[in-house]
Amino acid sequence: MSTDTHAAGAHDHHHGDGHAHGTFSSYMLGFVLSVVLTAIPFWLVMSGTLPSKQVTALVIMAFAIVQIVVHMIYFLHMNTTSENGWSMMALIFTIVMVVIALSGSLWVMSHLNSNMMPVHQMTGMK
Amino acid sequence: MTIAVNPTQTGEPVFYLADEHPHPEGYSTSLGFWIYLMSDCLIFAILFATFGVLGGNYAAGPAPKDLFDLNLVAVNTSMLLLSSITYGFAMLTMQQNKIAQTQMWLAITGLFGAAFIGIELTEFAHMIHEGATPQRSAFLSAFFTLVGTHGLHVSCGLIWLVTLMVQVQKFGLIEANRRRLMCLSMFWHFLDVVWIGVFTFVYLLGVLR
Repeated sequence: MSTDTHAAGAHDHHHGDGHAHGTFSSYMLGFVLSVVLTAIPFWLVMSGTLPSKQVTALVIMAFAIVQIVVHMIYFLHMNTTSENGWSMMALIFTIVMVVIALSGSLWVMSHLNSNMMPVHQMTGMK
Repeated sequence: MTIAVNPTQTGEPVFYLADEHPHPEGYSTSLGFWIYLMSDCLIFAILFATFGVLGGNYAAGPAPKDLFDLNLVAVNTSMLLLSSITYGFAMLTMQQNKIAQTQMWLAITGLFGAAFIGIELTEFAHMIHEGATPQRSAFLSAFFTLVGTHGLHVSCGLIWLVTLMVQVQKFGLIEANRRRLMCLSMFWHFLDVVWIGVFTFVYLLGVLR
């Protein structure tokens, strides 16, 4: 392959425009979805509709995850093809790092907490 | 630049590109900016992890239940959500080359962002007035660090927004300004994503605790 075919063919204007754009309807759909996905968790917590706190906590965390995905798709226009898939790669890598950092910290520190002996019990032991 | 290597066994010279071919200015900006956002995401992940570890250590001080007013947080969340959609409208009008409308939507976005910061600072001032300062307990240190870092990001976004409005006023919707507006759009929506984590894990789960 020589230089001139390269210059003429593959890299035209599209190159700088690797990021996807939204439309009015996609923005509105994203907005309506996020309003609903925000309102329901607030309502659940403020009204205390669900009997168990654990269930409420799990439900609102599920809503948060869904809403983050909605924002990613409709506002940040994430898809598998933008930047030849590199932005998706960076996102997946970041998610892996975030999951390791979050779950690792919480796991290790909660074990540390439960394995630490309270001070008043320690003074009795000789 | 093309370099010819000495003939192989067949005698035909083999060509390959020694240098990267030229790219138009800013062609990799959106990917680079995305990678910056992802590294920013790691900062927030660490602050969330810190809050998750320390969030229950009240040191006999005030707990989330005593401090947080969910009505105020709901108003604040809607400010940020509204600013996200108005920024979306600014991007849409930018694609149609409507300078005045783009500026108007950017200004509305800025107002919502400023309202968000105003409400957040009022909340902070109220908490500090009640003695719930960052020094009071590990929970409050982690709270002010996490929510404060987010607020600082939004404040920087506001400064950036005003700067870009001046740029657009002066130079119009040139290619460079479109690119900058696109970067700020990613930044702004990213902060909204972080706020989803904040209102869920800090405020809602805190009040539930």
